Amino acid sequence: MNGHLTVFELSKPGRIAVDMPTSDVPEESLETLVKAEYLRSKPAQLPEMSQPDLVRHYTALSNRNFGVDSGFYPLGSCTMKYNPKVNEDVSRYSGFADLHPLSSPKEAQGALELLYTMEQYLAEITGMDAVTMQPVAGAHGELTGLKLIRAYHRARGENRTKVIVPDSAHGTNPASATVCGLETVEIKSNPDGSINLEALKLAVGPDTAALMLTNPSTLGLFETHIQEIAQIVHDAGGLLYYDGANMNAIMGVVRPGDMGFDVVHLNLHKTFSTPHGGGGPGSGPVGVKQNLIPFLPTPVITYDGNQYYLDQDRPQSIGRMHSFYGNFGVIVRAYAYIRSMGADGLRQVSEDAVLNANYCLSQLKEHYHAPFERNSKHECIITAQKQKAFGVRALDIAKRLLDYGYHPPTIYFPMIVDEAIMIEPTETESKETLDGFIEVMRKIAHEAETDEAKVQQAPHSTVVGRMDEAQAARKPVVRWKD
Amino acid sequence: MNTVEGLKYTKNHEWVRVENNIATIGVTDFAQSQLGDVVFVELPEEGQSIHAGDSFSVIESVKAVSDVYAPVSGSIAKVNQELADQPDLVNQQPYDAGWIVTVELTDSHELDELMEAKEYERFVSEGGH
Repeated sequence: MNGHLTVFELSKPGRIAVDMPTSDVPEESLETLVKAEYLRSKPAQLPEMSQPDLVRHYTALSNRNFGVDSGFYPLGSCTMKYNPKVNEDVSRYSGFADLHPLSSPKEAQGALELLYTMEQYLAEITGMDAVTMQPVAGAHGELTGLKLIRAYHRARGENRTKVIVPDSAHGTNPASATVCGLETVEIKSNPDGSINLEALKLAVGPDTAALMLTNPSTLGLFETHIQEIAQIVHDAGGLLYYDGANMNAIMGVVRPGDMGFDVVHLNLHKTFSTPHGGGGPGSGPVGVKQNLIPFLPTPVITYDGNQYYLDQDRPQSIGRMHSFYGNFGVIVRAYAYIRSMGADGLRQVSEDAVLNANYCLSQLKEHYHAPFERNSKHECIITAQKQKAFGVRALDIAKRLLDYGYHPPTIYFPMIVDEAIMIEPTETESKETLDGFIEVMRKIAHEAETDEAKVQQAPHSTVVGRMDEAQAARKPVVRWKD
Repeated sequence: MNTVEGLKYTKNHEWVRVENNIATIGVTDFAQSQLGDVVFVELPEEGQSIHAGDSFSVIESVKAVSDVYAPVSGSIAKVNQELADQPDLVNQQPYDAGWIVTVELTDSHELDELMEAKEYERFVSEGGH
């Protein structure tokens, strides 16, 4: 029972995990309920197991998982921060957890109040005028934001179709623009990773819908010319979109709204400590300035000083972006986080996140190439350029970290940095944890020079060794057995 | 990095070989080394017309998904169907078996805009990417 076999292989005919009581509802035969053409001719081959065997199987599998509760998880651009357990506690309050999504607004005043209050908090944190909690992921927030921008231009009788993204952008930015039916225009960054103002001036025009940007940039560096950038885009009639992926660097210090951004999405599953990974569920609220409010997704939660309502009567709205009101349980967790941290606490989050990233950078830049002179924000970039001379690449270093019990940082992103290794330690890690990681990174740098094969063939201590990723992508085997 | 004399090169790291008004197009050795192991090449249709500077194919590697831009305009005469089963030809033989399409040129003057091998090598070594 070590998780090597599947439930199908462990199955023994006749074993059951739960003995179901006889139903007290009169039975109807399947044939009377389902058309014959939809019925199986042979029974489905479902695994048959006893309850302890089943529980042990899944417990063994879960023990193989690595999460932020098991160890340091410095995945750059992802903000894999620790999620305080009080969030989980609050999300399980019966008033939240047992509320039916089809409850009438009258019966769900508490939930609506939480959503409404959360909108206010996030508006204040980002410097925006209104927020929708509907989008359920970062990229979903991007799509929502771009639809708002398109609706805004159209309402003004303008057909603007081009979205400008820097070459350092998150891949989701151009992808969201394409899904929204807009066209992406890529502009090159300066060698220090900042926006090239001349390239931007050349790229903007009467067809510019928006510039998508994150600040600090994807290189973890603060974009110092942000007001000038906003001016250039606004003068051309375009809007400025803020990708909230890097919000953990600036909370309580500077606000996207004050930098000139018109639309912003946040990732509650990054910055606001809700569970992250495994594909969700996430939450990507979108904040807008005054002139975009009429286009927000419906229903919009309103408050008359006495009661909360769901307002559907918004003729210019882009419509629904998700069923019900977004991932409510996730929003409850983020609300608990904001309330337990307070304004000072959120500012300290960003200060500590930036401090931790710079500490890592300062301790590693002798052993690894550091491509940027400047201090970083909440994440830092080193590269495997020095190690490449010995035939060791970023991928090898990442795999070797597994042997030492660490989740590797992001590698090969941003794409404009060769052999990039992007480390985001987050604010919750102690100096001891950071020192442990730094020591291992130094050890690996030493191994790259003295025993490169060991690094190139890593990992050695995991359940499975080095995977052939290219072959897996070229000829994927997607069936368990033929 | 390896280049081939007699080919023309773009700043986006494509190469062109011209014979009798037919241009064969692929990506350079430098491009494939930056991409890493190529796992999929999205191929255009034969007969499709392409315009210089526009994306006509997509190369997916273990590291990234990248557009391939047309160095010249014309209509696509042939597509390298081998790449459907063996995308790694782009890594193994970028200038030969790893070609992507051939194009019937509409304007051979466009070739004047492209770089020679030596010029391209200088462009790459100066960090132009």
